[in-house]
Amino acid sequence: MFLRKIATVVALTTLASSAWAGCGASDGRVSIVGNEFPAIQTVGAGAMECAGGGVTVEKNLTADHQKINVPGMQGNPAEFTTAIVANSSIVALMNNDVIRPLDDLVAKHGQGLQKSQLITVDGNIMGVAFMANAQHLVFRADILDQLGMAPPTTYEEMLVAAANIRASGLMENPVGGAYKAGWNLAEEFVNMYIGQGGEFFKPGSAEIAVNNQHGVDALHMMRALSNFMNPDFLTHDSNATSAEWKAGNVAIMNMWGSRVGPLKSDEVDPAVANNTDIAGPMTVGGGSTPASTLWWDGWTVSKNISDADAEATFMAMMHAIRPEMLNDETSPLAVWLIDGYQPTDAAKGVFAAAAMGTTPYPMLPYAGLMHSAAGKELVDFMQGKETASQALADLEAAYTTAAKEKGYL
Amino acid sequence: MKHKTFFWFFLPTALAMLLFIALPLTSVVSQSFHAPHEEVLLVSEICDPFGCATESTIDHQATEQLKKDKPLGQWVGFEIYADRNHLAFKEVAEFWENRTSFTGFISSLNNLQFYRAMGFTLTYVIVVTPLVILFGLIIALAVNSLHRHLKGLMVFFSLLPMIVTPLVGSLILFWMIDARGIVGSGLQEIFSDPNLSLKASTGLTWVTLIVYGVWHSAPFAFIVFYAGLQTVPKETLESAMIDGASRFQQVMHVVVPHLSPLVAFVALIQLMDNFRVFEPIVGFSAEAHATSLSWIIWNDIGQEIRLFSSAATTSVLTIIGVVILLLPVLIRTWREFNPEK
Repeated sequence: MFLRKIATVVALTTLASSAWAGCGASDGRVSIVGNEFPAIQTVGAGAMECAGGGVTVEKNLTADHQKINVPGMQGNPAEFTTAIVANSSIVALMNNDVIRPLDDLVAKHGQGLQKSQLITVDGNIMGVAFMANAQHLVFRADILDQLGMAPPTTYEEMLVAAANIRASGLMENPVGGAYKAGWNLAEEFVNMYIGQGGEFFKPGSAEIAVNNQHGVDALHMMRALSNFMNPDFLTHDSNATSAEWKAGNVAIMNMWGSRVGPLKSDEVDPAVANNTDIAGPMTVGGGSTPASTLWWDGWTVSKNISDADAEATFMAMMHAIRPEMLNDETSPLAVWLIDGYQPTDAAKGVFAAAAMGTTPYPMLPYAGLMHSAAGKELVDFMQGKETASQALADLEAAYTTAAKEKGYL
Repeated sequence: MKHKTFFWFFLPTALAMLLFIALPLTSVVSQSFHAPHEEVLLVSEICDPFGCATESTIDHQATEQLKKDKPLGQWVGFEIYADRNHLAFKEVAEFWENRTSFTGFISSLNNLQFYRAMGFTLTYVIVVTPLVILFGLIIALAVNSLHRHLKGLMVFFSLLPMIVTPLVGSLILFWMIDARGIVGSGLQEIFSDPNLSLKASTGLTWVTLIVYGVWHSAPFAFIVFYAGLQTVPKETLESAMIDGASRFQQVMHVVVPHLSPLVAFVALIQLMDNFRVFEPIVGFSAEAHATSLSWIIWNDIGQEIRLFSSAATTSVLTIIGVVILLLPVLIRTWREFNPEK
């Protein structure tokens, strides 16, 4: 039985590959590096269909993509011919000058791309976006109904809802959140700080400015939320938080739109899956800008590869995001920016985020340094070991040291 | 051995040492004295699916020639060593001047990542190393006294913790000690505290990491001591028995002195390994509570924007730390091999 399954899969793969062999390119090497969530897996699988003829396709989709994409593109020829990135991670590729402008390839093979998909820097096309993403509210409709509460629209309401759920005895720790020390915790701070109306840097410079009332308020809200979370929250990333949700331990959380699909899949207890619903991102502190950030995911093409490889890569990636790839299975996985995409129910959170004027994640050369400094310096405050302003002062000092070393200050 | 014979005999080793030890070391040290060139920032119009905005970008052309001429970056001397993310001389001096009490000074050092990491690393080294030696000796003595048919099997099982890849081993334990894992919920049952979590408090996380460290490294000490036990002279043991020495006295006065060179060896290796503690911190997602110098290096080069000079500096500091730790053991070994001096 198992062998037969394998044989069928192999046969299908061969069929598929022969059907699309090369995707229009006669020869070349395609090698993809990127994140691993379901929508990107779909794109990776789409590009794999182009293997055959003189074209080879490899993919390496991993949560550690940002650790390996720059080193893998700095060699000549580069190991990776394309990196699937987001608005934060394209900055590292541009900082290191490892991606090529795509204007010629878009003119030659880019029919069908919408103008809004093109990421341009001073008019040069540097990437092609294929999906949008944002963090927004995910809630258990049955739990909120049972207590007669509407889904929260602000973080203050979320705290009230959490207290009610705990008091009712339905759940001990009803709030979920990817608060793992490091990138995740810093991302939640970025969200909350933007929601409070804060600006990260002094205008037009790399000088950080987060040690202010907005920052203190943002941190206090995060700490208040963490009181309603699993005590291990500083070890929970998006995967672990999703697992908590699937186990039915959590009723309200701020989560990535692209992570909602798996929460409603057949593998999850129907009592949880069928009652999982989403809404737009929440605001905080009376602000009107949601405490969230808008993201796009897209692909780039390496600079240090031959023109033939670049062309084959471009065509394979174009194949991966062709309008025909949208079907009942793939459409709910993301908010696709591809022509012909019909928004599904799973997309309403991200659409609401865009409609509410959510701020895109800052595409600044030094934003990543601020993010990693926040990931390690805010931990002490979250554990109650120091004050919010001390944590923010530490964050500023750690960032300033790193930015000086990198030559930004 | 003739000098010429010795030279040819030693040449392959010397070449390997040059290639794999001396060269990387030189590279790390020189990197730690350099920082990237100052970046020229441009204001560019960036358009994406959410609209256009003017943002800063890096002007690569402006520094292209400079980067080609000086690929290592600019010479900064000890600047990175002294900065806040490393030895933080300025901050430490300030804390010392503004201290209200000695403990207050120590806790303010905790704001600096280098000292925070050293706090855990040294505790780990000081606690784990002796425990590994102690448990290794106890297991070796226990296994050695088993019936010979059982020995092989027990040696294999005792070695298992060391055979498992550290990252995998710590991940397995990480899930077992989760509040909903078998060990975690077992502990909650034992202490009848439903909110007990090994991952939520700094103290318990340290205990977990230390227990893991002993679990993982004790087999190494065990196998070394077990090999040593096979060479304990039977005559001495027998005469001790005839003199009426108890089993404990035999161990303390015959076995342990015989094994003492091995204890020095295990201590040497363990001090070095434990100072570089890294995998369990990643495996247990413990970075909120415990970091080490190795973890800082990994964190510096594992982010979207990688800090090579910072990582190189921490690497050099790690090497210096290892040398300081090993100094007593090295001096002792040196004396043993050169008794006439």
